[in-house]
Amino acid sequence: MRPSANDAVGRALRAGPAPRRAEAAAAAEATERLLRRIAREELADVTYGSVDSPFGTLHAAVTPRGLVRLAFPEETEPAMVEELARRISPRVVRSPEPLERLERELDEYFSGRRRSFSLKLDWRLIGPFARRVLTRTAAIPYGSFSSYGEIAAEAGSPRGARAAGNALGANPIPIVIPCHRVLHTGGGLGGYGGGLERKRFLLELEGALEG
Amino acid sequence: MSESNPPFQVFLDQNRDAVWRFLVSSVGPSEADDCFQETFVSALRAYPRLRPGSNLRAWVLTIAHRKALDCHRGRARRALPVAGVEALDTRSPYAQADTAQPADAELWGAVRELPPRQRSAVVLRFLADLAHREIAAAIGCSEDAARRSLHEGLQKLRAQVAA
Repeated sequence: MRPSANDAVGRALRAGPAPRRAEAAAAAEATERLLRRIAREELADVTYGSVDSPFGTLHAAVTPRGLVRLAFPEETEPAMVEELARRISPRVVRSPEPLERLERELDEYFSGRRRSFSLKLDWRLIGPFARRVLTRTAAIPYGSFSSYGEIAAEAGSPRGARAAGNALGANPIPIVIPCHRVLHTGGGLGGYGGGLERKRFLLELEGALEG
Repeated sequence: MSESNPPFQVFLDQNRDAVWRFLVSSVGPSEADDCFQETFVSALRAYPRLRPGSNLRAWVLTIAHRKALDCHRGRARRALPVAGVEALDTRSPYAQADTAQPADAELWGAVRELPPRQRSAVVLRFLADLAHREIAAAIGCSEDAARRSLHEGLQKLRAQVAA
């Protein structure tokens, strides 16, 4: 539905008060100031950003409680943001600053200088059973591994190797919650949400597998 | 949940230019930033309670309209000294840079001089492409009153620019 007046005044009004490009730049700057204020005053429920890694650009989301989501590059940012809005709160905004602490810890981890993460985690995307499984998983030391059966047993479900596998596959915070450290009992790699090549890469990085 | 409202960032990306244009036209570039911040902070606070499938563009321009009114009231209270600011506004790079239309600064100066309801009706219609019904919702009046405000505003602008 277009505005009705087609005389000179109508056309000038529609053209807007300023050169569009300068205006778009000004709106973009105002948006950055807004995002910094939202961050400073903690007005959003979820903040997201991206982090470089040997796997490419990871997408990450934090809440006031901690890191809630880490996504591999092929999970696109819009898809992750939609999911966060649906499952946590529609008050999701982009972080105006790099997610510095996460970036530093991941850098250190990928260069072999860090064996565990000290980031606080927000577990709210993880259901009760998955939480037992992933809590056990988080306790597997750097450089070693466990099996689906063992993890299931430790989570109180001795016959639930498959269920444990599903919970691990749906881990919303891979790498940091080290679901890559759970393998088949016979020594097979099993599965990995981010693809088996990455699982092998991480296990070799940690020295759990021969390169 | 398929018709739920988009994530706030998506909403912000989709509406920031329209809100910015509306505010620059309503209060001038130097006050637009404050109003812009206030508009989206209010929107963020209310966002989770918003009905799914709402007309988000009309909703956020409603908020912007109110913030612009607050800004005008504040300016009126501050009285005389701001006359200078007002004059500066129309000479800012924004108002002036469009050399293709030399009357641009004059026209937008005239828009800012319109009574608030007429100004909002004109700006919402031409810059934000809202229908009469949406303009009415945004400024809180009947559709007829919105149509009338728009008409009167345009008449005044035509007279002023022709003069």
